[in-house]
Amino acid sequence: MGASGTVHMTVNGEAYEDAVEPRLLLVHYLRDKLGLTGTHVGCDTTNCGACTVHLNGEAVKSCTVLAVQADGAEVKTIEGMAHNGTLHPLQEAFWNKHGLQCGYCTPGMIMAAADLLERNPDPSEEEVRHGLEGNLCRCTGYHNIVQAVLEAAKARQGVGV
Amino acid sequence: MSTLEDTRSGGNGYVGQAIRRKEDPPLITGRGRYVDDIQLSGMLYAAIVRSTEAHAKIVSIDKSALEGRKGIKLVLTGEDMTDLAAPLPMAWAPPGVEVRTPEHWPLARGKVCHVGDPVAVVVGDDKYAVVDAAEEVFVEYESLPVLVDPEKALDADAPVIHEQFGTNHSYDWSLGGGDVEAALAEADVVVERRIVNHRTAGAAIEPRAAIAEWRAGYLTLWSTTQVPHLVRLQLAGVLGVAEDHFRVIAPDVGGGFGSKLNIYGEEALVSYLSRRLERPVRWTATRSEDMLSAVHGRDQIDYVRMGLKSDGTITAIHTKILADLGAYHQLLTPFIPAFSAFVMGGCYKIPNVQTDITGVFTNKFPTDAIRGAGRPEATHLLEVMLDQAAAEIGMDRLELRRKNFIPKEDFPADVSVGITYDSGDYHGSLDKLLTNLDLDAFKQEQEQARAQGRHLGIGFSTYMEICGLAPSRAVGPGGVGLQAGFWESAVVRVHPSGSATVWSGTSPHGQGLDTSFAQIVADRIGITPDQVEVVHGDTERGPFGMGTYGSRSLSVGGESLARAAIKVQDKARRIAAHLLEAAPEDVELADGKYQVRGSPDKGLALGDISLAAYVPENLPEGMEPGLEETNFYDPENFVFPFGAHAAIVEVDAETGKVDLKRYVCVDDCGPAINPMLIDGQVHGGIVHGVAQALYEQVVYDENGQLVTGSFVDYALPTAAEMPSFDTDRTETPSPSNSLGVKGVGEAGTIASSPTIVNAVVDALRPLGVEYIDMPLTPMRVWQAIQAAQGTGPGPRATEQGVADDGGRGGGASGAGPGGHEEGAQ
Repeated sequence: MGASGTVHMTVNGEAYEDAVEPRLLLVHYLRDKLGLTGTHVGCDTTNCGACTVHLNGEAVKSCTVLAVQADGAEVKTIEGMAHNGTLHPLQEAFWNKHGLQCGYCTPGMIMAAADLLERNPDPSEEEVRHGLEGNLCRCTGYHNIVQAVLEAAKARQGVGV
Repeated sequence: MSTLEDTRSGGNGYVGQAIRRKEDPPLITGRGRYVDDIQLSGMLYAAIVRSTEAHAKIVSIDKSALEGRKGIKLVLTGEDMTDLAAPLPMAWAPPGVEVRTPEHWPLARGKVCHVGDPVAVVVGDDKYAVVDAAEEVFVEYESLPVLVDPEKALDADAPVIHEQFGTNHSYDWSLGGGDVEAALAEADVVVERRIVNHRTAGAAIEPRAAIAEWRAGYLTLWSTTQVPHLVRLQLAGVLGVAEDHFRVIAPDVGGGFGSKLNIYGEEALVSYLSRRLERPVRWTATRSEDMLSAVHGRDQIDYVRMGLKSDGTITAIHTKILADLGAYHQLLTPFIPAFSAFVMGGCYKIPNVQTDITGVFTNKFPTDAIRGAGRPEATHLLEVMLDQAAAEIGMDRLELRRKNFIPKEDFPADVSVGITYDSGDYHGSLDKLLTNLDLDAFKQEQEQARAQGRHLGIGFSTYMEICGLAPSRAVGPGGVGLQAGFWESAVVRVHPSGSATVWSGTSPHGQGLDTSFAQIVADRIGITPDQVEVVHGDTERGPFGMGTYGSRSLSVGGESLARAAIKVQDKARRIAAHLLEAAPEDVELADGKYQVRGSPDKGLALGDISLAAYVPENLPEGMEPGLEETNFYDPENFVFPFGAHAAIVEVDAETGKVDLKRYVCVDDCGPAINPMLIDGQVHGGIVHGVAQALYEQVVYDENGQLVTGSFVDYALPTAAEMPSFDTDRTETPSPSNSLGVKGVGEAGTIASSPTIVNAVVDALRPLGVEYIDMPLTPMRVWQAIQAAQGTGPGPRATEQGVADDGGRGGGASGAGPGGHEEGAQ
């Protein structure tokens, strides 16, 4: 359908250039074209947040962004969160606090939480809960996710990440 | 029945520790592997054309628009697939009665019976293009009258969904003990209620998906399933494929909650298509598609009568369950309401218990097992009835419970429905709950709030449930009559270097069993959990097994692994004894070493022993080389977890909105293998039940259209609606297995919905509200307040479905999470 366009994108620090259909969703570009399958799809109405990635440093739901809209952008996915084998404080905290069970919502949850901590480095429990309102989890009841984000906030401040 | 002599661990003491999960590193770094992540070369995509009608004859299907379309490989309808060997299976039914079961095919033949019924499939090489193409398959329907309300299903003028039966009646089945009618006649008080347990969705965040690859006469199916071995067994029959030429793999599975405990038409469809096209074929549900086509849960209307003496002794409970089964039977559909009957007595010594079930067809998707599967429905009605009865006889709610609890010293306790509860201490968990809760402080707060016109309420439920499916003798062909076994399997293989790989027939999908299984095995063979690799979810790797559901994986699958590990330990001890020139009975496993009792300096590590086992220069006479053992374990009884839950809510009487302020619970699932995992299961379970009580509902309108077909309208709670939870445990070992464990995956869900309803009613009793059916949406609650006050319009049909608040099961999904206001009118 429609003519293909070319997109240029930096994803997790690597430059990409690809011809894509104009209607291709960013999430499908990441998953199917780049093989970054850590970003998941859980709904088709922008409710669940499993597809959350960072677009120019801000959390977006990549099921609601066209690949062509990300032309020229910096994208970060869950695969880009750990550095040289060192987990991001949120990854470490989700592991420590049992903040995941099936793991399907987890990448989106971590990306959303990272954006939250960027905007609010020292959130209260209430602020974490409201900050993650756009991400659904069916397994954990959110209790340990909230604990994990609070722990990561502390760790992040402690080491100045 | 006790096998407690087998509890030998190895002395490393990993069992009981809150070890962080082995599963997590790939999942937190984006390296998990779910079905939709898998790419195969030459893979094709399938899109399904689904019925837009709830009940209709298929007049014609016009696929001519797609003839010769580039990239479209095949378009099939039900009539093109008549070479399937068998229809989709229904395998569990209540025993001893006729269960009318309509043929159910992956693609409908001749007529459709619910919205979403698949009528055609389009296969092509681009996943966007097949979705476009599916819209160009034109189906002409001749609409038939639609049946949505189960209470009208048996009316003389009801449209009959399956003409061959001449009725919408599927089956009647009863379970009881004592003489309930006589007891009700003699009771001082009989409390009678109609309690609706509405339809819900499993709503795992990963939608269902399946990939089939037929290659040189061998079929591989990757599926989002909880039961890979059962899928292979059953689909082999549907497809006419030999089990030995068919492999089913459940890779990482993104939550199940029962919705993936099934044999789905789409799994058969991609397998059929791959065989026909000799190319891999993938189908992945959209969320909207999953809401239409993954099994729903609950959907019972329960007519309950409870008889009591005026001193509060419960003498009888009779429940007539009207179960809305939907249009077809999925794998377990008719058995789910029957499961309710087994726990209808709850924690209480009730001599006369009778449950009579009627299952009926409606033009909806089938119901089946969703987290708890029958036990939440029974526990809900029972715990709600306890509160209703307490109010009616003027007795304290907790006093009524205590008076009727089965006392600790009665265990193992034979109950009137004919089963034996393994162990319990119901007073103990309630005592601990009240200590943690500080009830007196809450009562003061409630009084002060009431003086200010605020409505705080507290609700309780003291639950027990039955899980650890299952002793085959009790539920198999010679027992309850299900055509299956329910044992579990395990293999423990120690490698020459001393680490181990273990296989389980369970198929976990988030429960953390890789970790708890590794803890169990590590202690029993004398290594660390890091050295134990746990493998499951693949019919070609490891023995046949029954999968993960019914809170069975630890108490049946974990026990099987423990037993296999003990067999390994026994062989290792004999080898160690031989090498150390000691008698086998003098060798013990302690601190990770096989050592002669009293001489800890002369010890061998498992690696020393396994090397000797695989390089068999010096083994005891007649011993086979290698260090690997298998176990098949069939439990002798179910396990019966229990606990006490309390919720504190505030209700805004102006808007009807319920705010869950605090949730405190004490659960007992026996000794903890990993307490962190137990807490995780309890948290998630609580929210699943709270969500049903407050927000979630699958709603079909009067035309059978699903109006809660996405996460916009089906209101899953978010973090913002939920509080943190105050969890605690008591540990009463089960005598049914050597670990002493009971399941905990469903307990939170089973306990929590009545806790919430009881709390809301408690808050609103001063306003005259006595009972409200779930889901307690703002509209429902507000209407109940108005009706009780005699000031408002009272019951009215403004929600989807029929919401007259006699509570006939209508009600939109609610104004809970994320601004999901009452569904679109």
